[in-house]
Amino acid sequence: MRITVNVNGVDHEREVSNRTLLVHFLRDDLGLTGTHWGCDTSNCGVCTVWLDEVPVKSCTVLAVMADGHRVRTVEGLANGAELDPVQQGFVACHGLQCGFCTPGMMMTGRALLNENPDPSEAEIREAISGQLCRCTGYENIVRSIRWAAQFEAAARATTNETAEVAQ
Amino acid sequence: MTSVIEPPAAAPATPMGFGRMVRKEDARFTRGAGNYVDDVQLPGMLHGAVLRSPYAHARIVSLDSKAAEAHPKVRAVITGAVLETLGLAWMPTLSYDTQAVLATDKVRFQGQEVAFVVAEDRYSARDALELIDVEYEVLPAVFDAKRALAPDAPLIRDDKEGKADNHIFDWESGDKAKTDEVFAAAEVVVAEDILYPRVHPAPLETCGAVADMNPVTGKLTLWCNTQAPHAHRTVYALVAGLPEQKIRVISPDIGGGFGNKVPVYPGYVCAIVGSIVTGKPVKWMEDRSENLMSTGFARDYHMHAEVAATRAGKIQAVRVKVIADHGAFNSTAQPTKFPAGFFHVFSGSYDLEAAHCAVTGVYTNKAPGGVAYACSFRVTEAAYVIERMIDVLAYELKVDPAELRMANLLRPEQFPYNSPTGWEYDSGDYPKALRLAMDMVGYDGVRAEQAQQRERFAAGDRTGTLTGMGVSFFTEAVGAGPRKHMDILGLGMADGAELRVHPTGKAVLRISVQSQGQGHETTFAQIVAEELGISPDDIEVVHGDTDQTPFGLGTYGSRSTPVSGAATAVVARKVRDRAKIVAAAMLEVSVDDLEWEKGRWFVAGDPDSGRTIQEIALAAHGALELPEGVEGHLDATTVYNPPNLTFPFGAYICVVDVDPGTGVVKVRRFVAVDDCGVRINPTIVEGQIHGGLADGIGMALMELIAFDEDGNCLGGSFMDYLLPTSMECPSWELGETVTPSPHHPIGAKGVGESATVGSPAAVVNAVMDALGPFGVRHADMPLTPSNVWRAVQGNPVRTDVAIS
Repeated sequence: MRITVNVNGVDHEREVSNRTLLVHFLRDDLGLTGTHWGCDTSNCGVCTVWLDEVPVKSCTVLAVMADGHRVRTVEGLANGAELDPVQQGFVACHGLQCGFCTPGMMMTGRALLNENPDPSEAEIREAISGQLCRCTGYENIVRSIRWAAQFEAAARATTNETAEVAQ
Repeated sequence: MTSVIEPPAAAPATPMGFGRMVRKEDARFTRGAGNYVDDVQLPGMLHGAVLRSPYAHARIVSLDSKAAEAHPKVRAVITGAVLETLGLAWMPTLSYDTQAVLATDKVRFQGQEVAFVVAEDRYSARDALELIDVEYEVLPAVFDAKRALAPDAPLIRDDKEGKADNHIFDWESGDKAKTDEVFAAAEVVVAEDILYPRVHPAPLETCGAVADMNPVTGKLTLWCNTQAPHAHRTVYALVAGLPEQKIRVISPDIGGGFGNKVPVYPGYVCAIVGSIVTGKPVKWMEDRSENLMSTGFARDYHMHAEVAATRAGKIQAVRVKVIADHGAFNSTAQPTKFPAGFFHVFSGSYDLEAAHCAVTGVYTNKAPGGVAYACSFRVTEAAYVIERMIDVLAYELKVDPAELRMANLLRPEQFPYNSPTGWEYDSGDYPKALRLAMDMVGYDGVRAEQAQQRERFAAGDRTGTLTGMGVSFFTEAVGAGPRKHMDILGLGMADGAELRVHPTGKAVLRISVQSQGQGHETTFAQIVAEELGISPDDIEVVHGDTDQTPFGLGTYGSRSTPVSGAATAVVARKVRDRAKIVAAAMLEVSVDDLEWEKGRWFVAGDPDSGRTIQEIALAAHGALELPEGVEGHLDATTVYNPPNLTFPFGAYICVVDVDPGTGVVKVRRFVAVDDCGVRINPTIVEGQIHGGLADGIGMALMELIAFDEDGNCLGGSFMDYLLPTSMECPSWELGETVTPSPHHPIGAKGVGESATVGSPAAVVNAVMDALGPFGVRHADMPLTPSNVWRAVQGNPVRTDVAIS
């Protein structure tokens, strides 16, 4: 079947088999290997991407289900050379070791902050609870997302301040 | 309005040597630009898939692959019969046993490799597996290690000539006669059957390989997520008869290893054969079920432990008998002379008169493996059994388990300490670490809270949870090892390093070990920086490519820093010494007149007269006349043969709340004090400890590879094999003491596995402590709600065979 999927802002039209999983479509057909494949059962979450604005496990989504939809992957997280604050947080707080769960964790972290700009530690833990990490014991992942929340709050405050001064 | 919102702390700047710094690896990993084996795409690449046995033990009556071969997208079907014609149906294991690559006579565990399909895409390869028709004659099987040596147990390894039982080895350590003597005279003896059940390291990236045999040059390039690329290359040379220089193993970014990626798996060999047969590159990636069911598991140690002590609480001796379940093939990866790994460090952190262990290895109809999951070659089992037994003794003596430990710990003045099983512990201040952990957790406060709770409970109040506090004090033995004693397949466990300073003063370091997330590209650059004063940002670390790096045995058993970290320091010092000669020539002074400060040689008494390492590097490549016998350029090589292992240690305290009505355990706090000697990058050390603590929660409470009565693996997916999530893990509370290793060039000890080794006992001890009011002395891992509940009912289960 022929599908058109908007991935990271770019439309991709491809012929895919009905059974092709979204994770394999992204990795094998589009060459976006930042999204990983880990368990086939939606348990580990290394394949987490956004379908429209919602994080999904792309190992249990068919590529055809993404036809006409927007997909965002880790490759679409940075704004050019400028890393997303969530990416910056993972670097600053040592939120990763082997890096295999990292793209999925960051996509979930970004989605959480879009919905809740000031999440508590418990809220962050709940948000990433459907994803596994075997290296970090989660501590620094939680800190990384919290770092990004703080960073963005500070940036917003500076923007507001500048706006008030301008007025 | 003035903002009160402060931005978060910025990432630390790069230090000139040791200290916190951002990892160099993170630039690619946070952009999704890592290069894992499944990311490798080659022109014309084909995909392989493995047909596996549905039975634990069965004779192969017939195998028909015609229909699979006729599949339009299939390029080759490789069977055991095909491999037999090439002499490749069996391969040697890292423990001098043999293992079937593809089964020819019979299958010996569920999930064993039977056939390999090579097709144009990964889905078609899987489709074709369904078209292979195998007729099996199911045989009786044995899954319970304790029954493996029964006279009527089915014979698993009838492929081995003259083999009449399922026995693999007997091994012992310590002085049996002396130990028995102490026990015979002891005032108190406690005994317990303790199981360390089979678990799986379950790295999030499964095992896989891309094999590319170039038919013109005859060179095989194998991308494979192996933790030991050099050892693998040698094995392939020995197995397949390929010349070693014609094999290049590239171990790219690895998505976690934990020992799971040390062995050579049949899938790798099949991918190589597939590439030879088709003339195309062949990728094989196992799926999660294949990973959990067939690759290197961990533990499966069935222990009977005894402790002898005085009534006053002086621990005198320990003895342990073990049945070690190695599965259907003995493929454990460990030093040759140590079939039970370093289990004989089980005397732990205590001053004992005697200790003895006897380990019997057996075959069962289960997947092969045993040494994996951050175990430091079975130190995990050793630390667990001794730390569980100390609590069993405390229970019997009715004394506080922390006080009992404090009274028996080795004292600082006893180091270097010769243990009753032959180890020489290098350094330690054990009481200091335990005291720090107790202070951090507020030991007396938690005990007071618990006492009040127990009073309410005794008065009949059943509304609340029960708090438990568990202590674990571990001593590890890591950094294998001295080549005189330690080898794998005859390859001594010494590792090479090569350092070259370029004309502009930047450097490249080539090391034999391979990172699976440990951050070698950062920490090894920091070691060079510390020694030479070249910024870590200016040092490229090359690893994971046998064509580009010196020989060495790889990364496992926490050996990278103890062995290759030492090699790196030594090679940097060699470069520094060479730089001194060049500097002397530049300054026209004697080398004896020069002194070193980080980054430059200068004339003693005249600090302004000096040359930086960068100036020296340029001169060493330039026209400067060098003294007789001194070659130009600025580089060095070394091979580091460690004089001893390093012995990191730590004190862990876990606080849990247990609901006796449901058996649910909630980990409230976890305090971990680690001493791994000098810390190169404290952030990375802490991260490694965090990960190991999560392992401890997982193994103690959740993880289990069990088997039913038909030999079905009950942990074959992440829906069945439960790993800890962010919800089960508390926020870790870390502390540290620093006792440098006296024999390591920079005083460092291994740390990658410390927390995995030390933490399970703390969690189990905490749960048992919570269950004190029910008179529960011991129950086996994993302490799932149902297993806790059964223990509370006085009916604990054999968790590994799912029988009550």
